[in-house]
Amino acid sequence: MSTKRETIRVACGQGFWGDLLDAPVRQVSEGPIDYLMLDYLAEVTMSIMQKQRARDPRAGYARDFIPLMREILPLCVERDIRVTANAGGVNPTGCAEAVRDVARELGLAGRLKIGTVTGDDIMGRLDELLARGIELRNMDTGEPLAHVRERVQSANAYLGAWPIVEALRRGARVVVTGRATDTGLTLAPLIYEFGWGENDWNRLAAGTVAGHIIECGAQVSGGNCQYEWQAIPDLANVGFPIVEASADGTFVVTKHEGTGGRVNVPSVKEQLVYEMGDPAGYITPDCVADFTTIRLENAGRDRVRVRGVRGRPATEFLKVSISYSAGFKAVGTLVYAWPDAYAKARAADQILRARLERLGLKFEQILAEFVGANATHGPLAGEPSTDAPEVQLRVGVRGPDRAAVERFTKEIAPLILTGPPAVTGFAGGRPKVEEVVAYWPALIPKMEIEPRVEVTEV
Amino acid sequence: MRIKLLKLAHARSGDKGDTANVGLIALREEFYPVLVREVTAERVKTHFRGICKGEVERFELPNLGALNFLLHESLGGGGTLSLMTDAQGKTFSTALLRMEIDVPDEEARELNLGVER
Repeated sequence: MSTKRETIRVACGQGFWGDLLDAPVRQVSEGPIDYLMLDYLAEVTMSIMQKQRARDPRAGYARDFIPLMREILPLCVERDIRVTANAGGVNPTGCAEAVRDVARELGLAGRLKIGTVTGDDIMGRLDELLARGIELRNMDTGEPLAHVRERVQSANAYLGAWPIVEALRRGARVVVTGRATDTGLTLAPLIYEFGWGENDWNRLAAGTVAGHIIECGAQVSGGNCQYEWQAIPDLANVGFPIVEASADGTFVVTKHEGTGGRVNVPSVKEQLVYEMGDPAGYITPDCVADFTTIRLENAGRDRVRVRGVRGRPATEFLKVSISYSAGFKAVGTLVYAWPDAYAKARAADQILRARLERLGLKFEQILAEFVGANATHGPLAGEPSTDAPEVQLRVGVRGPDRAAVERFTKEIAPLILTGPPAVTGFAGGRPKVEEVVAYWPALIPKMEIEPRVEVTEV
Repeated sequence: MRIKLLKLAHARSGDKGDTANVGLIALREEFYPVLVREVTAERVKTHFRGICKGEVERFELPNLGALNFLLHESLGGGGTLSLMTDAQGKTFSTALLRMEIDVPDEEARELNLGVER
Protein backbone atom coordinates (compact mmCIF):
# COMPACT_ATOMS: atom_id res chain seq x y z
CA MET A 1 0.00 0.00 0.00
CA SER A 2 1.28 3.41 -0.91
CA THR A 3 0.94 6.35 1.44
CA LYS A 4 -2.75 7.17 1.84
CA ARG A 5 -3.88 10.17 -0.13
CA GLU A 6 -7.14 12.04 0.30
CA THR A 7 -8.01 12.04 -3.35
CA ILE A 8 -6.64 10.29 -6.40
CA ARG A 9 -6.86 11.82 -9.84
CA VAL A 10 -7.34 9.38 -12.69
CA ALA A 11 -7.23 10.95 -16.14
CA CYS A 12 -8.48 9.46 -19.40
CA GLY A 13 -6.11 9.91 -22.33
CA GLN A 14 -7.80 7.89 -25.10
CA GLY A 15 -11.46 7.07 -25.56
CA PHE A 16 -10.73 4.60 -28.37
CA TRP A 17 -7.86 3.51 -30.61
CA GLY A 18 -7.58 6.48 -32.94
CA ASP A 19 -8.57 9.21 -30.51
CA LEU A 20 -6.73 12.58 -30.36
CA LEU A 21 -3.04 11.73 -30.20
CA ASP A 22 -2.04 14.68 -28.04
CA ALA A 23 -4.77 14.14 -25.44
CA PRO A 24 -2.71 11.87 -23.15
CA VAL A 25 0.30 14.16 -23.50
CA ARG A 26 -1.79 17.08 -22.35
CA GLN A 27 -3.29 15.08 -19.50
CA VAL A 28 0.15 14.42 -17.99
CA SER A 29 1.65 17.83 -18.71
CA GLU A 30 -1.11 20.41 -18.17
CA GLY A 31 -2.11 19.73 -14.59
CA PRO A 32 -1.86 17.36 -11.67
CA ILE A 33 -2.87 13.73 -12.14
CA ASP A 34 -1.91 10.47 -10.41
CA TYR A 35 -2.98 7.97 -13.05
CA LEU A 36 -3.43 8.01 -16.79
CA MET A 37 -5.86 5.42 -18.18
CA LEU A 38 -5.92 4.61 -21.88
CA ASP A 39 -8.69 2.59 -23.51
CA TYR A 40 -7.66 1.21 -26.88
CA LEU A 41 -9.97 -1.72 -27.46
CA ALA A 42 -13.29 -1.66 -29.22
CA GLU A 43 -15.26 -4.82 -29.87
CA VAL A 44 -13.61 -5.76 -33.14
CA THR A 45 -10.18 -4.25 -32.48
CA MET A 46 -8.89 -7.61 -31.26
CA SER A 47 -9.50 -9.24 -34.63
CA ILE A 48 -7.55 -6.52 -36.43
CA MET A 49 -4.69 -7.07 -34.01
CA GLN A 50 -4.92 -10.85 -34.44
CA LYS A 51 -4.41 -10.40 -38.19
CA GLN A 52 -1.45 -8.10 -37.63
CA ARG A 53 0.10 -10.66 -35.31
CA ALA A 54 -0.41 -13.46 -37.84
CA ARG A 55 1.75 -11.46 -40.27
CA ASP A 56 4.33 -10.40 -37.68
CA PRO A 57 4.61 -12.23 -34.32
CA ARG A 58 5.92 -9.06 -32.66
CA ALA A 59 2.79 -7.09 -33.64
CA GLY A 60 -0.82 -7.36 -32.44
CA TYR A 61 -1.07 -4.42 -30.04
CA ALA A 62 -1.91 -0.71 -30.26
CA ARG A 63 1.24 0.57 -31.94
CA ASP A 64 0.43 4.21 -31.13
CA PHE A 65 1.03 3.39 -27.49
CA ILE A 66 4.81 3.04 -28.00
CA PRO A 67 5.57 6.52 -29.42
CA LEU A 68 3.22 7.90 -26.78
CA MET A 69 5.25 6.21 -24.04
CA ARG A 70 8.42 7.60 -25.59
CA GLU A 71 6.93 11.05 -25.29
CA ILE A 72 5.48 10.90 -21.79
CA LEU A 73 7.39 8.27 -19.79
CA PRO A 74 10.08 10.65 -18.48
CA LEU A 75 7.37 13.01 -17.22
CA CYS A 76 5.40 10.12 -15.70
CA VAL A 77 8.49 9.04 -13.77
CA GLU A 78 9.28 12.60 -12.70
CA ARG A 79 5.72 13.37 -11.57
CA ASP A 80 4.98 9.91 -10.18
CA ILE A 81 2.15 9.24 -12.64
CA ARG A 82 1.18 5.64 -13.33
CA VAL A 83 -0.36 4.35 -16.54
CA THR A 84 -3.05 1.69 -17.02
CA ALA A 85 -3.73 0.73 -20.63
CA ASN A 86 -5.38 -2.13 -22.50
CA ALA A 87 -2.98 -1.36 -25.35
CA GLY A 88 -1.66 -4.94 -25.30
CA GLY A 89 -4.38 -6.24 -27.60
CA VAL A 90 -3.59 -9.85 -28.50
CA ASN A 91 0.08 -9.44 -27.62
CA PRO A 92 0.46 -7.72 -24.22
CA THR A 93 3.89 -9.26 -23.73
CA GLY A 94 5.16 -7.88 -27.04
CA CYS A 95 3.68 -4.50 -26.16
CA ALA A 96 5.33 -4.49 -22.73
CA GLU A 97 8.67 -5.43 -24.30
CA ALA A 98 8.40 -2.53 -26.73
CA VAL A 99 7.68 -0.17 -23.81
CA ARG A 100 10.69 -1.59 -21.97
CA ASP A 101 12.94 -0.96 -24.98
CA VAL A 102 11.72 2.61 -25.18
CA ALA A 103 12.27 3.13 -21.44
CA ARG A 104 15.85 1.89 -21.76
CA GLU A 105 16.51 4.16 -24.73
CA LEU A 106 15.23 7.04 -22.61
CA GLY A 107 17.79 6.17 -19.93
CA LEU A 108 15.13 5.03 -17.49
CA ALA A 109 16.69 1.62 -16.81
CA GLY A 110 16.33 0.77 -13.13
CA ARG A 111 13.80 3.54 -12.62
CA LEU A 112 10.52 1.84 -13.37
CA LYS A 113 8.69 -1.45 -13.52
CA ILE A 114 6.31 -2.60 -16.20
CA GLY A 115 3.36 -4.85 -15.45
CA THR A 116 1.78 -7.20 -17.94
CA VAL A 117 -1.64 -8.79 -17.54
CA THR A 118 -2.37 -11.85 -19.68
CA GLY A 119 -4.66 -14.85 -19.49
CA ASP A 120 -7.55 -13.25 -21.35
CA ASP A 121 -6.69 -14.97 -24.64
CA ILE A 122 -8.60 -18.27 -24.95
CA MET A 123 -8.15 -18.73 -28.69
CA GLY A 124 -5.85 -21.73 -28.18
CA ARG A 125 -8.26 -23.33 -25.70
CA LEU A 126 -11.48 -23.06 -27.72
CA ASP A 127 -11.70 -26.69 -28.83
CA GLU A 128 -10.93 -27.97 -25.37
CA LEU A 129 -13.61 -25.68 -23.88
CA LEU A 130 -16.20 -26.69 -26.49
CA ALA A 131 -15.35 -30.36 -25.94
CA ARG A 132 -16.06 -29.95 -22.24
CA GLY A 133 -19.53 -28.61 -23.01
CA ILE A 134 -18.80 -24.91 -22.59
CA GLU A 135 -20.72 -23.87 -25.67
CA LEU A 136 -19.95 -20.14 -25.72
CA ARG A 137 -23.42 -19.42 -27.05
CA ASN A 138 -23.97 -16.02 -28.64
CA MET A 139 -25.49 -13.81 -25.93
CA ASP A 140 -27.74 -12.10 -28.47
CA THR A 141 -28.92 -15.00 -30.63
CA GLY A 142 -28.39 -18.06 -28.41
CA GLU A 143 -26.51 -19.85 -31.19
CA PRO A 144 -23.65 -22.16 -30.08
CA LEU A 145 -20.16 -21.16 -31.16
CA ALA A 146 -19.72 -24.51 -32.92
CA HIS A 147 -21.70 -23.03 -35.85
CA VAL A 148 -18.90 -20.60 -36.69
CA ARG A 149 -15.96 -22.38 -35.00
CA GLU A 150 -13.76 -22.70 -38.14
CA ARG A 151 -14.17 -18.99 -38.85
CA VAL A 152 -13.15 -17.73 -35.39
CA GLN A 153 -10.25 -15.27 -35.50
CA SER A 154 -9.88 -14.24 -31.88
CA ALA A 155 -11.40 -15.07 -28.50
CA ASN A 156 -10.71 -13.11 -25.34
CA ALA A 157 -12.31 -12.99 -21.93
CA TYR A 158 -12.82 -9.53 -20.45
CA LEU A 159 -10.62 -9.28 -17.36
CA GLY A 160 -11.52 -6.81 -14.64
CA ALA A 161 -9.63 -4.58 -12.24
CA TRP A 162 -8.02 -7.12 -9.90
CA PRO A 163 -5.11 -8.31 -12.06
CA ILE A 164 -4.23 -4.64 -12.65
CA VAL A 165 -4.39 -4.03 -8.89
CA GLU A 166 -1.94 -6.90 -8.43
CA ALA A 167 0.48 -5.32 -10.92
CA LEU A 168 0.22 -1.96 -9.13
CA ARG A 169 0.85 -3.63 -5.77
CA ARG A 170 4.01 -5.14 -7.18
CA GLY A 171 5.21 -1.68 -8.13
CA ALA A 172 4.36 -1.41 -11.83
CA ARG A 173 4.43 2.15 -13.16
CA VAL A 174 2.96 1.10 -16.50
CA VAL A 175 0.42 -1.71 -16.63
CA VAL A 176 -0.26 -3.20 -20.06
CA THR A 177 -3.23 -5.52 -20.47
CA GLY A 178 -4.94 -7.41 -23.24
CA ARG A 179 -8.73 -7.53 -23.20
CA ALA A 180 -9.35 -5.77 -19.88
CA THR A 181 -12.59 -3.84 -19.38
CA ASP A 182 -12.35 -0.11 -19.88
CA THR A 183 -13.91 0.44 -16.44
CA GLY A 184 -11.28 -1.78 -14.78
CA LEU A 185 -8.51 0.55 -15.96
CA THR A 186 -9.97 3.31 -13.77
CA LEU A 187 -11.26 1.16 -10.93
CA ALA A 188 -7.94 -0.63 -10.34
CA PRO A 189 -5.99 2.47 -9.24
CA LEU A 190 -8.77 3.33 -6.77
CA ILE A 191 -8.85 -0.18 -5.27
CA TYR A 192 -5.08 -0.09 -4.93
CA GLU A 193 -4.78 3.40 -3.48
CA PHE A 194 -7.72 3.21 -1.08
CA GLY A 195 -7.39 -0.45 -0.16
CA TRP A 196 -10.96 -1.30 -1.16
CA GLY A 197 -11.95 -4.91 -0.49
CA GLU A 198 -13.13 -7.60 -2.86
CA ASN A 199 -16.63 -7.48 -1.38
CA ASP A 200 -16.82 -3.74 -1.04
CA TRP A 201 -19.56 -3.71 -3.65
CA ASN A 202 -20.72 -0.10 -3.28
CA ARG A 203 -17.23 1.31 -3.67
CA LEU A 204 -16.35 -1.07 -6.48
CA ALA A 205 -19.54 0.05 -8.21
CA ALA A 206 -18.60 3.69 -7.63
CA GLY A 207 -15.18 3.15 -9.21
CA THR A 208 -16.88 1.33 -12.09
CA VAL A 209 -19.23 4.27 -12.66
CA ALA A 210 -16.20 6.58 -12.57
CA GLY A 211 -14.62 4.40 -15.24
CA HIS A 212 -17.76 4.45 -17.39
CA ILE A 213 -17.92 8.24 -17.15
CA ILE A 214 -14.38 8.83 -18.44
CA GLU A 215 -13.81 5.81 -20.70
CA CYS A 216 -15.08 7.58 -23.83
CA GLY A 217 -12.74 10.51 -23.39
CA ALA A 218 -14.08 13.93 -24.27
CA GLN A 219 -17.58 12.55 -24.83
CA VAL A 220 -18.20 13.59 -21.20
CA SER A 221 -16.39 16.93 -21.37
CA GLY A 222 -18.22 18.62 -24.22
CA GLY A 223 -17.68 16.38 -27.24
CA ASN A 224 -20.76 14.93 -28.94
CA CYS A 225 -22.86 16.69 -26.32
CA GLN A 226 -26.35 17.78 -27.33
CA TYR A 227 -27.13 19.90 -24.32
CA GLU A 228 -26.63 23.51 -25.42
CA TRP A 229 -23.98 22.31 -27.85
CA GLN A 230 -23.50 25.68 -29.48
CA ALA A 231 -22.53 27.21 -26.15
CA ILE A 232 -19.80 24.68 -25.33
CA PRO A 233 -16.56 26.67 -25.38
CA ASP A 234 -13.40 25.98 -27.33
CA LEU A 235 -13.82 22.36 -28.46
CA ALA A 236 -10.68 22.81 -30.55
CA ASN A 237 -8.85 22.79 -27.24
CA VAL A 238 -11.09 20.23 -25.53
CA GLY A 239 -9.93 18.97 -22.15
CA PHE A 240 -10.17 15.22 -21.57
CA PRO A 241 -11.90 14.09 -18.37
CA ILE A 242 -10.39 13.42 -14.96
CA VAL A 243 -12.00 11.77 -11.94
CA GLU A 244 -10.90 13.02 -8.58
CA ALA A 245 -11.87 10.14 -6.33
CA SER A 246 -12.12 9.85 -2.56
CA ALA A 247 -11.75 6.74 -0.40
CA ASP A 248 -15.47 6.73 0.48
CA GLY A 249 -16.43 6.10 -3.16
CA THR A 250 -17.54 9.62 -4.02
CA PHE A 251 -15.79 11.44 -6.80
CA VAL A 252 -15.74 14.61 -8.86
CA VAL A 253 -15.60 14.61 -12.66
CA THR A 254 -13.51 17.47 -13.99
CA LYS A 255 -10.80 18.45 -16.51
CA HIS A 256 -7.64 20.51 -16.47
CA GLU A 257 -7.87 24.28 -15.97
CA GLY A 258 -7.48 26.26 -19.14
CA THR A 259 -8.75 23.56 -21.48
CA GLY A 260 -11.85 23.81 -23.66
CA GLY A 261 -15.09 21.90 -23.55
CA ARG A 262 -17.39 21.64 -20.57
CA VAL A 263 -18.10 19.27 -17.71
CA ASN A 264 -21.56 19.83 -16.23
CA VAL A 265 -24.45 17.74 -14.94
CA PRO A 266 -26.07 17.38 -18.40
CA SER A 267 -22.77 16.33 -20.03
CA VAL A 268 -22.23 13.66 -17.36
CA LYS A 269 -25.82 12.44 -17.71
CA GLU A 270 -25.36 12.03 -21.46
CA GLN A 271 -22.28 9.89 -20.94
CA LEU A 272 -23.95 7.84 -18.18
CA VAL A 273 -26.73 6.69 -20.51
CA TYR A 274 -24.32 5.94 -23.36
CA GLU A 275 -24.38 2.25 -24.40
CA MET A 276 -26.55 1.49 -21.39
CA GLY A 277 -28.62 -1.67 -21.04
CA ASP A 278 -30.61 -2.27 -17.87
CA PRO A 279 -29.43 0.64 -15.70
CA ALA A 280 -30.04 -1.29 -12.47
CA GLY A 281 -27.60 -3.99 -13.53
CA TYR A 282 -24.43 -2.74 -15.21
CA ILE A 283 -22.41 -5.95 -15.16
CA THR A 284 -18.62 -5.99 -15.07
CA PRO A 285 -16.16 -8.67 -13.90
CA ASP A 286 -15.73 -6.70 -10.65
CA CYS A 287 -19.31 -5.99 -9.54
CA VAL A 288 -22.83 -5.17 -10.71
CA ALA A 289 -23.35 -1.41 -10.55
CA ASP A 290 -26.79 0.12 -10.10
CA PHE A 291 -26.97 3.30 -12.20
CA THR A 292 -30.35 4.19 -10.71
CA THR A 293 -28.59 5.06 -7.44
CA ILE A 294 -26.19 7.64 -8.89
CA ARG A 295 -26.57 11.19 -7.55
CA LEU A 296 -25.05 14.08 -9.48
CA GLU A 297 -24.52 17.63 -8.31
CA ASN A 298 -22.84 20.71 -9.60
CA ALA A 299 -19.61 21.27 -7.63
CA GLY A 300 -18.35 24.39 -9.37
CA ARG A 301 -17.19 25.30 -12.83
CA ASP A 302 -16.41 22.15 -14.84
CA ARG A 303 -16.86 20.03 -11.71
CA VAL A 304 -19.62 17.49 -11.10
CA ARG A 305 -19.79 15.50 -7.88
CA VAL A 306 -20.98 11.88 -8.08
CA ARG A 307 -22.18 10.04 -4.99
CA GLY A 308 -24.63 7.45 -3.71
CA VAL A 309 -23.56 4.66 -6.08
CA ARG A 310 -24.63 1.23 -4.93
CA GLY A 311 -23.43 -2.11 -6.19
CA ARG A 312 -24.05 -5.82 -5.89
CA PRO A 313 -21.80 -8.89 -6.00
CA ALA A 314 -20.16 -9.73 -9.29
CA THR A 315 -21.58 -12.63 -11.30
CA GLU A 316 -19.90 -16.01 -11.72
CA PHE A 317 -19.23 -15.33 -15.38
CA LEU A 318 -16.91 -13.31 -17.57
CA LYS A 319 -17.93 -11.95 -20.92
CA VAL A 320 -15.96 -13.29 -23.86
CA SER A 321 -15.35 -11.28 -26.97
CA ILE A 322 -15.04 -13.55 -30.00
CA SER A 323 -14.48 -12.38 -33.54
CA TYR A 324 -15.19 -14.46 -36.62
CA SER A 325 -14.94 -14.03 -40.33
CA ALA A 326 -18.36 -13.30 -41.83
CA GLY A 327 -17.88 -12.68 -45.54
CA PHE A 328 -17.11 -9.53 -47.47
CA LYS A 329 -18.61 -6.12 -48.02
CA ALA A 330 -18.12 -2.96 -50.02
CA VAL A 331 -19.80 0.43 -50.09
CA GLY A 332 -19.89 2.74 -53.12
CA THR A 333 -21.09 6.33 -53.39
CA LEU A 334 -22.04 8.85 -56.08
CA VAL A 335 -23.36 12.40 -55.73
CA TYR A 336 -26.33 13.69 -57.75
CA ALA A 337 -26.93 17.44 -58.10
CA TRP A 338 -30.03 19.65 -58.38
CA PRO A 339 -32.56 19.51 -59.92
CA ASP A 340 -34.35 16.30 -58.89
CA ALA A 341 -31.25 15.11 -57.00
CA TYR A 342 -33.15 12.55 -54.93
CA ALA A 343 -35.10 11.21 -57.91
CA LYS A 344 -31.85 10.78 -59.86
CA ALA A 345 -30.14 8.98 -56.99
CA ARG A 346 -33.12 6.63 -56.68
CA ALA A 347 -33.13 5.95 -60.41
CA ALA A 348 -29.40 5.18 -60.30
CA ASP A 349 -30.00 2.69 -57.48
CA GLN A 350 -32.69 0.93 -59.57
CA ILE A 351 -30.40 0.74 -62.60
CA LEU A 352 -27.55 -0.62 -60.49
CA ARG A 353 -29.74 -3.30 -58.92
CA ALA A 354 -31.04 -4.40 -62.32
CA ARG A 355 -27.46 -4.78 -63.56
CA LEU A 356 -26.38 -6.74 -60.47
CA GLU A 357 -29.40 -8.97 -61.00
CA ARG A 358 -28.57 -9.56 -64.65
CA LEU A 359 -25.02 -10.44 -63.73
CA GLY A 360 -26.44 -13.07 -61.39
CA LEU A 361 -24.61 -11.68 -58.36
CA LYS A 362 -25.97 -12.91 -55.05
CA PHE A 363 -25.61 -11.00 -51.78
CA GLU A 364 -26.89 -11.51 -48.25
CA GLN A 365 -27.72 -7.85 -48.09
CA ILE A 366 -27.93 -4.83 -50.41
CA LEU A 367 -28.63 -1.48 -48.81
CA ALA A 368 -29.14 1.86 -50.57
CA GLU A 369 -29.14 5.04 -48.53
CA PHE A 370 -29.66 8.60 -49.72
CA VAL A 371 -27.35 10.90 -47.81
CA GLY A 372 -28.93 14.31 -47.53
CA ALA A 373 -32.41 12.79 -47.57
CA ASN A 374 -32.78 9.91 -45.15
CA ALA A 375 -29.51 8.08 -44.38
CA THR A 376 -29.63 8.70 -40.64
CA HIS A 377 -33.29 9.05 -39.70
CA GLY A 378 -34.89 6.96 -42.44
CA PRO A 379 -38.65 7.45 -42.81
CA LEU A 380 -38.63 9.76 -39.73
CA ALA A 381 -36.98 12.40 -41.90
CA GLY A 382 -40.17 12.74 -43.94
CA GLU A 383 -40.54 12.96 -47.73
CA PRO A 384 -37.22 14.04 -49.24
CA SER A 385 -37.23 17.55 -50.66
CA THR A 386 -37.60 17.78 -54.43
CA ASP A 387 -35.39 20.86 -54.28
CA ALA A 388 -32.36 19.38 -52.44
CA PRO A 389 -29.10 20.87 -53.78
CA GLU A 390 -27.56 17.39 -53.88
CA VAL A 391 -28.09 13.85 -52.65
CA GLN A 392 -25.44 11.20 -52.23
CA LEU A 393 -26.36 7.68 -53.24
CA ARG A 394 -24.60 5.23 -50.94
CA VAL A 395 -24.97 1.55 -51.83
CA GLY A 396 -23.50 -1.29 -49.80
CA VAL A 397 -23.46 -5.03 -50.39
CA ARG A 398 -22.40 -7.90 -48.16
CA GLY A 399 -22.06 -11.60 -48.92
CA PRO A 400 -19.91 -14.71 -48.56
CA ASP A 401 -18.56 -14.57 -52.13
CA ARG A 402 -15.60 -12.25 -52.47
CA ALA A 403 -15.77 -12.29 -56.28
CA ALA A 404 -19.38 -11.07 -56.26
CA VAL A 405 -18.54 -8.18 -53.94
CA GLU A 406 -15.49 -7.40 -56.08
CA ARG A 407 -17.68 -7.27 -59.20
CA PHE A 408 -20.11 -4.92 -57.43
CA THR A 409 -17.27 -2.43 -56.88
CA LYS A 410 -16.78 -2.27 -60.67
CA GLU A 411 -20.42 -1.40 -61.33
CA ILE A 412 -20.43 1.99 -59.57
CA ALA A 413 -18.25 4.18 -61.81
CA PRO A 414 -20.01 3.11 -65.04
CA LEU A 415 -23.18 4.74 -63.69
CA ILE A 416 -21.60 8.11 -64.38
CA LEU A 417 -21.74 7.65 -68.16
CA THR A 418 -24.63 5.19 -68.28
CA GLY A 419 -27.13 6.56 -65.74
CA PRO A 420 -28.96 9.72 -64.66
CA PRO A 421 -27.27 13.12 -65.27
CA ALA A 422 -25.51 15.72 -63.09
CA VAL A 423 -23.52 13.12 -61.22
CA THR A 424 -20.08 13.40 -59.65
CA GLY A 425 -18.06 12.35 -56.62
CA PHE A 426 -16.08 9.40 -57.83
CA ALA A 427 -12.59 10.81 -57.48
CA GLY A 428 -11.68 8.23 -54.85
CA GLY A 429 -11.71 5.36 -57.34
CA ARG A 430 -13.41 1.99 -56.93
CA PRO A 431 -14.75 1.05 -53.51
CA LYS A 432 -12.55 -1.33 -51.52
CA VAL A 433 -13.63 -4.86 -50.70
CA GLU A 434 -13.44 -5.40 -46.95
CA GLU A 435 -13.43 -8.66 -45.06
CA VAL A 436 -16.22 -8.61 -42.48
CA VAL A 437 -15.04 -9.64 -39.06
CA ALA A 438 -18.09 -9.97 -36.86
CA TYR A 439 -18.45 -9.91 -33.11
CA TRP A 440 -19.71 -12.84 -31.06
CA PRO A 441 -20.37 -12.03 -27.40
CA ALA A 442 -20.53 -15.01 -25.03
CA LEU A 443 -20.16 -15.90 -21.36
CA ILE A 444 -17.66 -18.19 -19.68
CA PRO A 445 -17.56 -19.37 -16.05
CA LYS A 446 -15.04 -17.22 -14.18
CA MET A 447 -13.21 -20.26 -12.84
CA GLU A 448 -12.13 -21.15 -16.38
CA ILE A 449 -10.03 -18.02 -16.67
CA GLU A 450 -6.79 -17.50 -14.82
CA PRO A 451 -5.32 -14.03 -15.21
CA ARG A 452 -1.52 -13.87 -15.06
CA VAL A 453 0.41 -10.87 -13.85
CA GLU A 454 4.07 -10.24 -14.52
CA VAL A 455 6.01 -7.26 -13.23
CA THR A 456 9.55 -6.66 -14.41
CA GLU A 457 12.12 -3.98 -13.74
CA VAL A 458 13.29 -2.09 -16.81
CA MET B 1 -50.65 21.27 -27.11
CA ARG B 2 -48.46 19.12 -29.33
CA ILE B 3 -44.79 19.40 -28.60
CA LYS B 4 -41.59 17.88 -29.97
CA LEU B 5 -39.40 15.98 -27.52
CA LEU B 6 -36.56 18.23 -28.69
CA LYS B 7 -38.13 20.94 -26.50
CA LEU B 8 -38.28 18.68 -23.45
CA ALA B 9 -35.20 16.48 -23.54
CA HIS B 10 -31.69 15.86 -24.75
CA ALA B 11 -30.41 12.42 -25.64
CA ARG B 12 -27.45 10.20 -26.45
CA SER B 13 -27.53 6.88 -28.26
CA GLY B 14 -25.20 4.00 -28.92
CA ASP B 15 -25.14 0.31 -29.79
CA LYS B 16 -24.75 -3.18 -28.45
CA GLY B 17 -24.71 -5.50 -31.41
CA ASP B 18 -27.93 -5.11 -33.38
CA THR B 19 -29.60 -3.20 -30.52
CA ALA B 20 -29.58 0.59 -30.34
CA ASN B 21 -29.88 2.27 -26.96
CA VAL B 22 -31.29 5.75 -26.59
CA GLY B 23 -30.98 7.61 -23.31
CA LEU B 24 -33.59 10.37 -23.14
CA ILE B 25 -32.84 13.02 -20.51
CA ALA B 26 -35.30 15.68 -19.32
CA LEU B 27 -34.00 19.21 -19.95
CA ARG B 28 -35.62 20.25 -16.67
CA GLU B 29 -36.56 18.10 -13.69
CA GLU B 30 -40.26 19.01 -14.06
CA PHE B 31 -40.34 17.52 -17.54
CA TYR B 32 -39.40 14.03 -16.36
CA PRO B 33 -42.93 12.94 -15.24
CA VAL B 34 -44.25 14.05 -18.64
CA LEU B 35 -41.65 11.88 -20.38
CA VAL B 36 -42.48 8.91 -18.13
CA ARG B 37 -46.18 9.29 -18.90
CA GLU B 38 -46.00 9.99 -22.64
CA VAL B 39 -42.88 8.32 -24.00
CA THR B 40 -43.84 4.70 -23.51
CA ALA B 41 -42.06 1.72 -25.07
CA GLU B 42 -45.09 1.17 -27.34
CA ARG B 43 -45.03 4.73 -28.64
CA VAL B 44 -41.32 4.61 -29.24
CA LYS B 45 -41.79 1.36 -31.16
CA THR B 46 -44.44 3.06 -33.32
CA HIS B 47 -42.24 6.12 -33.80
CA PHE B 48 -39.39 3.95 -35.10
CA ARG B 49 -41.54 1.80 -37.44
CA GLY B 50 -39.57 0.75 -40.47
CA ILE B 51 -36.35 1.18 -38.46
CA CYS B 52 -36.77 -0.92 -35.31
CA LYS B 53 -37.72 -4.46 -36.31
CA GLY B 54 -37.65 -5.97 -32.82
CA GLU B 55 -38.97 -5.11 -29.39
CA VAL B 56 -38.53 -1.84 -27.53
CA GLU B 57 -37.69 -2.00 -23.82
CA ARG B 58 -37.83 0.98 -21.49
CA PHE B 59 -35.99 1.56 -18.19
CA GLU B 60 -36.49 4.45 -15.78
CA LEU B 61 -33.74 6.48 -14.10
CA PRO B 62 -35.61 8.98 -11.92
CA ASN B 63 -32.29 9.90 -10.27
CA LEU B 64 -31.06 11.32 -13.59
CA GLY B 65 -34.46 12.40 -14.91
CA ALA B 66 -33.83 9.99 -17.75
CA LEU B 67 -35.37 7.06 -19.60
CA ASN B 68 -33.32 4.43 -21.36
CA PHE B 69 -34.73 2.67 -24.41
CA LEU B 70 -33.39 -0.48 -26.02
CA LEU B 71 -34.42 -0.81 -29.66
CA HIS B 72 -33.74 -4.38 -30.69
CA GLU B 73 -33.01 -5.42 -34.30
CA SER B 74 -32.47 -1.88 -35.47
CA LEU B 75 -28.94 -1.68 -36.85
CA GLY B 76 -28.93 -3.90 -39.94
CA GLY B 77 -27.16 -6.72 -38.09
CA GLY B 78 -25.03 -4.40 -36.00
CA GLY B 79 -21.28 -3.85 -35.72
CA THR B 80 -19.26 -4.71 -38.80
CA LEU B 81 -22.09 -6.74 -40.38
CA SER B 82 -24.20 -3.64 -40.87
CA LEU B 83 -24.09 -1.71 -44.13
CA MET B 84 -25.76 1.33 -42.59
CA THR B 85 -24.13 4.75 -42.41
CA ASP B 86 -25.14 4.78 -38.77
CA ALA B 87 -24.27 1.20 -37.92
CA GLN B 88 -23.62 2.26 -34.32
CA GLY B 89 -26.95 3.98 -33.79
CA LYS B 90 -25.29 7.28 -32.92
CA THR B 91 -28.05 9.36 -34.49
CA PHE B 92 -30.99 7.47 -32.98
CA SER B 93 -30.81 10.07 -30.21
CA THR B 94 -32.07 12.93 -32.34
CA ALA B 95 -34.37 10.61 -34.27
CA LEU B 96 -36.24 10.08 -30.99
CA LEU B 97 -36.25 13.83 -30.31
CA ARG B 98 -38.37 14.23 -33.47
CA MET B 99 -41.24 12.50 -31.67
CA GLU B 100 -44.24 14.67 -30.79
CA ILE B 101 -46.32 14.21 -27.66
CA ASP B 102 -49.56 15.77 -26.40
CA VAL B 103 -49.38 17.84 -23.25
CA PRO B 104 -52.64 19.27 -21.83
CA ASP B 105 -52.67 23.06 -22.25
CA GLU B 106 -52.89 23.76 -18.54
CA GLU B 107 -49.91 21.54 -17.76
CA ALA B 108 -48.00 23.08 -20.65
CA ARG B 109 -48.60 26.54 -19.15
CA GLU B 110 -47.43 25.37 -15.71
CA LEU B 111 -44.28 23.97 -17.28
CA ASN B 112 -43.75 27.18 -19.28
CA LEU B 113 -43.90 25.24 -22.52
CA GLY B 114 -44.72 27.01 -25.72
CA VAL B 115 -42.87 29.99 -24.34
CA GLU B 116 -39.57 30.26 -26.16
CA ARG B 117 -36.79 29.90 -23.64
